[in-house]
Amino acid sequence: MKTTETGARKGASLRPSKLGSKRQGSSGRLARANDRALFLMIVPAIIMYAVFYLYPTLSNLRYAFSEWDGLQEAKFIGTKNFTRALTNDDIFYKVLGNNIEFTGLVVIFQTGLSLLFAIFLLKNTRTSVALRTLYFFPTIISSVSVAMVWQFLYEPNLGPINTFLNSVGLDFLALNWLGSETVTLRAIAFTQVWFHTGQMMVVYIAGLQQIPQELYEAAEVDGASRWQQFKSVTWPMALPTTAVVMAYTTIQSFRAFDLVYAMTQGGPNNSSSILVTLIYLTAFNELRFGYAATQSIYLVIFILALTALQRRILRTRY
Amino acid sequence: MIYKVGRAVGLTIFAVLILLPVLVVVFGSFKGDLELMTKPLALPERWSFDNYRNLIQGGEIVNNFRNSVIVTLFSVLLTLFISSLASFGIARMIHVSGRVLFVMFSLGLAIPAATSIIGIYQLFVKLNLTNTLHGLVIINVASTLPISIFILSAFFRQIPSEIYESAAMDGAKPFRLYKSIALPLSRPSMGAVAIFLFVITWNDLLYPLLLITQSDLKTLPLALLDFRGEYAINFSMIFTAVMVASIPMVAMYLAMQKTFVSGLTAGAVKG
Repeated sequence: MKTTETGARKGASLRPSKLGSKRQGSSGRLARANDRALFLMIVPAIIMYAVFYLYPTLSNLRYAFSEWDGLQEAKFIGTKNFTRALTNDDIFYKVLGNNIEFTGLVVIFQTGLSLLFAIFLLKNTRTSVALRTLYFFPTIISSVSVAMVWQFLYEPNLGPINTFLNSVGLDFLALNWLGSETVTLRAIAFTQVWFHTGQMMVVYIAGLQQIPQELYEAAEVDGASRWQQFKSVTWPMALPTTAVVMAYTTIQSFRAFDLVYAMTQGGPNNSSSILVTLIYLTAFNELRFGYAATQSIYLVIFILALTALQRRILRTRY
Repeated sequence: MIYKVGRAVGLTIFAVLILLPVLVVVFGSFKGDLELMTKPLALPERWSFDNYRNLIQGGEIVNNFRNSVIVTLFSVLLTLFISSLASFGIARMIHVSGRVLFVMFSLGLAIPAATSIIGIYQLFVKLNLTNTLHGLVIINVASTLPISIFILSAFFRQIPSEIYESAAMDGAKPFRLYKSIALPLSRPSMGAVAIFLFVITWNDLLYPLLLITQSDLKTLPLALLDFRGEYAINFSMIFTAVMVASIPMVAMYLAMQKTFVSGLTAGAVKG
């Protein structure tokens, strides 16, 4: 209740100049009452979010400086966790590398394919609309279900993919998709792209439909080929959409906990683990809560740096 | 010419890539395991509901289904109510304080939920909220509030303030304005947010995995993971469970495609 009052007062003190013009006729007292009412409407959200999400998230900062199995008292150990992750933890580096590879693969292929299909299906013909519906379909299925299906498809001995490859004489390609240290991460990345390309295609279609038709007509008058039209009209005009798609795909790939956990739990030998699964396993399988909190903080720093970098690159290219 | 052929080939390949797994699952749920393994793509030799019967007689999945329905329904409704109230407040509050709150809520959007699990787990243990469905509802609401507020307050800002002003002149209080002007006008975006929330809540694995260990309280995605252990490599049973878990979403998708697409892409663009 206390916060409410100060908040309302603060709001009231900020408004007069702006408010006078906006709500003519309402007396100052009424405006203040209204502002308090508006603030009260926000309070439930603030409480829910602050207590059950913000506070637990920020408590990482406390746990990260301790050695703690989650049961007994936490033991303060200073910055040991932070230095250990950077200097004496091969698994952390391996998983960081996995995450970079996973994100890189997914961003490149998901962005490229969704742009390609968006161009193919831009016109609102009946076939296009039907195909868009089909391509979007995986988006609504749960990661766990998708994982089950692809576990079957990837099954090394009797699974459809290897059966097919063997039957057409490509035996050397029939790999142990989810059981070998070299291909598992890529196999999961493939599933992730399969899973979400349709969703990003829809984002692209919305973006591409904003491009004025006259630009294409002018290009055609100039005798530009399809590829030239793409290079000088579509691509530059779609750059803002590309920025959105890439940023979202990046974040989405970092969030792929459900899919990775359900498909391999990060195995074999951490070869398909990404940072979010590593954090979970460090905390709940190894019971190293303090260390997992440290990993979480590194992950947050990493994502913030990556988003800032991405934004910078795309901004300079506008 | 090259373009046309390339387009047709590309579109066909991706369509097949999506259709085949779907057909394998649908057909597989009506087959025995041996038939699924040997002829994954063929129509079932006979359409047998044995898998479904066995699954339902096992009993657990009915429970899981009910848990998923309860958790999803309450989470979505509560999030919609709380976030629309807050979005209205944020959009109508003049300048600074509204923007500060907006920034606070959007802070968490880029950070994966998995970075918060340690604190959430500890807090929920302390509050005796693990192994309860309402605990799951609470964390769903808290974690989806930012994105919902992000989308809805953007919408509420677009409503021209003249509309409110004339009503405010007649002495209508903010809550009245919210109820009788903002809410009716925002029905399409509320619908989009609702769908978005439905899909992510129904499909979520992380929070149930974190908070629920008691098998009669598990939701469908979590139960599916157990199934894999239980039925080992019996994929036809697993696919039957996948069907049960997916049918509600698929039915809704087919009935309301437009809202689904706009809801899930709004979540993407804003998220």
